[in-house]
Amino acid sequence: MFAYEFMNNAFAAAGIVAVVAGLVGYFLVMRGQTFAGHALSHIGFAGATGAGLLGLAPLWGLIGFTLTAGLFMGAMSERISNRDVAVGVVLALALGFGLLFLHYYTAFASQATAVLFGNVLAVDAQTILTLTVLGAVTLAGLGAIMRPLIFASLQPELAEAKGVPLRGLSIAFLALVALAVSACAQIVGVLMVFTLMVGPPAAAQRLSARLWSGLALAAGLSLAQAWLGLAMAFYTDWPVSFCIALLSGVGYFAALALPATVRASPASSPSPPR
Amino acid sequence: MNILELAGVTLRLGERTILADVDLAVRAGEFIGVLGPNGAGKTTFMRAVLGLLPPAHGHIRVFGRPPRRGNPAIGYMPQVRTVLPELKIRGRDFIASSLDGARWGLPSLGRAKRQAIDATLELVGARALAERALSDMSGGERQRLLLAQALIGEPKLLLLDEPLIGLDARHQEIAIDVVRTVCRERGTTVLFSAHELNQLLGTLDRVLYLGSGKAVLGSVDEVITAPVLSRLYGTEIQVIRADGNYFVMSRGRTVEHGEHLHHSPHDHHR
Repeated sequence: MFAYEFMNNAFAAAGIVAVVAGLVGYFLVMRGQTFAGHALSHIGFAGATGAGLLGLAPLWGLIGFTLTAGLFMGAMSERISNRDVAVGVVLALALGFGLLFLHYYTAFASQATAVLFGNVLAVDAQTILTLTVLGAVTLAGLGAIMRPLIFASLQPELAEAKGVPLRGLSIAFLALVALAVSACAQIVGVLMVFTLMVGPPAAAQRLSARLWSGLALAAGLSLAQAWLGLAMAFYTDWPVSFCIALLSGVGYFAALALPATVRASPASSPSPPR
Repeated sequence: MNILELAGVTLRLGERTILADVDLAVRAGEFIGVLGPNGAGKTTFMRAVLGLLPPAHGHIRVFGRPPRRGNPAIGYMPQVRTVLPELKIRGRDFIASSLDGARWGLPSLGRAKRQAIDATLELVGARALAERALSDMSGGERQRLLLAQALIGEPKLLLLDEPLIGLDARHQEIAIDVVRTVCRERGTTVLFSAHELNQLLGTLDRVLYLGSGKAVLGSVDEVITAPVLSRLYGTEIQVIRADGNYFVMSRGRTVEHGEHLHHSPHDHHR
């Protein structure tokens, strides 16, 4: 399978994106903002088709639109970016615009499927370079804000009292999510960003109560699912995104079923049972 | 020395005046019970002391200086505690996130921090919570975790906003006892807001009673009287003393109990 250049490219691209998506997604799940992440990816669809209309590469449209939307959602206070209804309306609106752009630029229609469902097998060396830079910027940003981000996610009231700039942090984080979504959409498409950004981190959070091992697990699971998905697609000829989605779903539900036995035994605690 | 001073302080939230023209001074090492009906401004008062709400008028002095956000000499346990109950993160990591939580960069859990966390958990009798996941804790256990967190770093001033909510009677006693013991020993000044006075009677030095935009600070005998409370509640109040306990009554019903019932924490019934 590694005799083909397109497979090597696919493994490299999927590997980079999976690690970034797993790490960023861990905080998305921790903050309960997965729906906001979902909306950002759909907004990215409008960006990608809009870029097509202007004759730009879809990736730049994706980044431009998701980044703008991420900054905007972050600025509209924490509470609002968590509100399902507001996010849902924005999401539908964005998809509508995507459709409109597509309507005026029908030549893009063939690429639209790639934007929606991903086309990792068509990744070239240039895209890998772009994804590497995108991933490095995202992880550097995440590393810079990680400590206050965790504090603000777990205990916003106390974090505010201790001098953490909640709103600035929220904006910065959603901007990083926007970058991760843009990268992720290159692999699995805007509709299936959840497969790498939410499935593995959510499973990791079920499996580990420790911060660092949880993060490592999120990145590891995401990477494993992306690579196994690629291999599975190679041998079965099924679409890559389907294979990754399948593994992501299986991983999550397996993690849901597992904790009953894995969880630390409550016998170690002196407190009465609830 | 006065740890906290308010001079002519008016606090507003938007158009609403919460407290008007308040003067008071809290001395070092005092245990102050902060009481008053819901919406009287207990939380707002604490937020002002933390520097989160600048006064509309007057001056606040904390340790002789204007309040500032992130003062490490203040320990705080907020009332609205958005702890995500499904979050599987162990107690030690949860508390660790708050230590130096405002600094940029990657989180770290060094030996010194780990020991500080474990020692404080030990202090509140909740050592086992270090290894347990938040999602596996009861509401009361999470309260104790938060109390421990507020005590870390030996703050000189401790602001506890309704630390007893969600605890059963036995754990309320334990929590009060822990705060009293630790703070007496360290000379910590405590502002402890609560719904019930009687539990705190043996512990508090003075009472800060808030109501109708006013604040009265004094000994229990000075403050818990029919004239003072009638003024604060804006309605006729009777104070009945029985068996060393105080019952604040309005038209034949105890005021405190009635309010306590309205105030159910998120996961009381878990």
